[in-house]
Amino acid sequence: MASETNLNAGIEEGVRRRDFINIAAVSFAGVGAVAVVLPLVNQMNPSADVLALSSTEIDISAIEAGQAIKTSWRKQPVFVRNLTTAEIAAANKVPLSELRDPQTLAERTKVGKENWLITLGVCTHLGCVPLGAAEGEPRGDFGGYFCPCHGSHYDTAARIRKGPAPKNLFVPPYEFTSDTAVTIG
Amino acid sequence: MSFPWAKQYEPRQPLMKWLDEKLPLPRLVYNAVGAGYPVPRNLNYFWNFGVLAGAALAIQIITGIVLAMHYAANAGVAFNSVEHIMRDVNAGWFIRYAHMNGASMFFIVVYLHIFRGLYYGSYKAPREMVWLLGVVIFLLMMATAFMGYVLPWGQMSFWGAQVITGFFSAIPIVGEPIRQWLLGGFAPDNAALNRFFSLHYLLPFVIAGVVILHIWALHIPGSNNPTGIEVKDEQDTVPFHPYYTAKDGFGLGVFLLVFVLLAFFSPNLLGHADNYIPANPLSTPAHIVPEWYFWPFYAILRAFTFNFLWIDAKLWGVIAMFASIALLFFLPWLDSSPVKSSTYRPLYKKFFWVLVVDVLVLGYCGKSPAEQPYVIMSQIAAAYYFAHFLIILPIVSRIERPAPMPNSITEAVLAKHADDTSAATA
Repeated sequence: MASETNLNAGIEEGVRRRDFINIAAVSFAGVGAVAVVLPLVNQMNPSADVLALSSTEIDISAIEAGQAIKTSWRKQPVFVRNLTTAEIAAANKVPLSELRDPQTLAERTKVGKENWLITLGVCTHLGCVPLGAAEGEPRGDFGGYFCPCHGSHYDTAARIRKGPAPKNLFVPPYEFTSDTAVTIG
Repeated sequence: MSFPWAKQYEPRQPLMKWLDEKLPLPRLVYNAVGAGYPVPRNLNYFWNFGVLAGAALAIQIITGIVLAMHYAANAGVAFNSVEHIMRDVNAGWFIRYAHMNGASMFFIVVYLHIFRGLYYGSYKAPREMVWLLGVVIFLLMMATAFMGYVLPWGQMSFWGAQVITGFFSAIPIVGEPIRQWLLGGFAPDNAALNRFFSLHYLLPFVIAGVVILHIWALHIPGSNNPTGIEVKDEQDTVPFHPYYTAKDGFGLGVFLLVFVLLAFFSPNLLGHADNYIPANPLSTPAHIVPEWYFWPFYAILRAFTFNFLWIDAKLWGVIAMFASIALLFFLPWLDSSPVKSSTYRPLYKKFFWVLVVDVLVLGYCGKSPAEQPYVIMSQIAAAYYFAHFLIILPIVSRIERPAPMPNSITEAVLAKHADDTSAATA
């Protein structure tokens, strides 16, 4: 009997001290592995120099009513359009219930500057540059912009009206620094 | 694995005996693609395409490694470095044209390989794993081909990258952050170009790894054959070498002939002229289309032009496109017919050819502009594509009455032989 007790000495029933050490060691290694994965994943995000290109200044003095220019913000095209009164009227006439992404023209422009429509020139479908900013380009069935890639039509307030795009052309954050200068971003 | 009558590797020279004891690599090759692998005796030329796909992968890896010695993955100079390869590097034009057209040749043989599997039921038990790994290879090939197409940094490269990464922005809420994470910016730029180059260099080796698994999984049950009847005894098979090394060698010759005709006489036939214009982030080409091997999937993407239920058209398009490939993972279980080969499946055979035509129609729509009548054509064809796999195939496999089948491969071969001789004497 005595010798049997000696043989079992140090062998514990149920949860052993060694189980705790195993779990603790593997858990700690797991935390370490996750800590290494984080920077490996995060390095894919836009780097500091890409983020630094976050604001663009533009001069809008030369844009006549009915004209538009293309500029660039964060390496993406931006459309700046000086709407005609007819285009403003056309945009305001559309009932919101008819829109896929309901927004009024006023919500997409600055107070007192309703004629200045500033949007990204990036189709909200898959990112092509819609046509309609330059003279002579097709402007689609609704007189705004037309994306040739997959056939999305935008109206005079650059709102999606027809085709596969889900959203209106995105209005970037911007402000008028004077009557003829705008800072985007 | 393998059949009991497979020939055994028996090295005779002392050096080969020594090597076999230390590292039995020659034995591995002997059993995989040598005389140690018994193969059904009745394989037709459609069984060449697996080997041809392997050859195409090897060509892409070799030409790709050489191109990487001269190419510069920087948005400022990438386009010019490709022109440098074309004009200045010794034989650079040849290596680049071989790589460009090699991609098309790779997809041609892989599509034939896939449709061979569909026609002869190669995806069915006991070869489900072979099929699943094949679909994985197909997906990796598509990712690799897409990223390779971005590298010359022409207009099609840039806008292809913009549109394809745009798929991810369709995912609600997290989509746009994922897109920016993939691109490393707000639009494709230097960060995206660099990582695409890195991955484009990596993925072919991943493909090679999965190809090894694909062949390993194949060699457990052994190759399928045009009758779809499993091998029963030794007279049903012949050793892979020399019988199929010779047959594949002939096929490889034909493949290379087509390849060099394309690469030397019409190297830009399958490309787009717009990709010889440097990338311009402010102007989309009037008609952007992917490379021909993506046309059917591009047509499915564009087939959704309307919101449906609570999901918008854009997300539907992306879901449908990915689903059209993901569907293939379920194919072995969608088709419950125990008969493999279409030769003995009169009803399935008809629907198989309808599917071939349907995919060709989708391809034609994917190539065409996003306007009528192509939109409605791609909608019908896309609906049929899904119907084929999800509705027609399960029903056909239940109601179909298979044609009488021979008892063994040998019986099928001898019966055919008897027919041929009686026809010749008559």
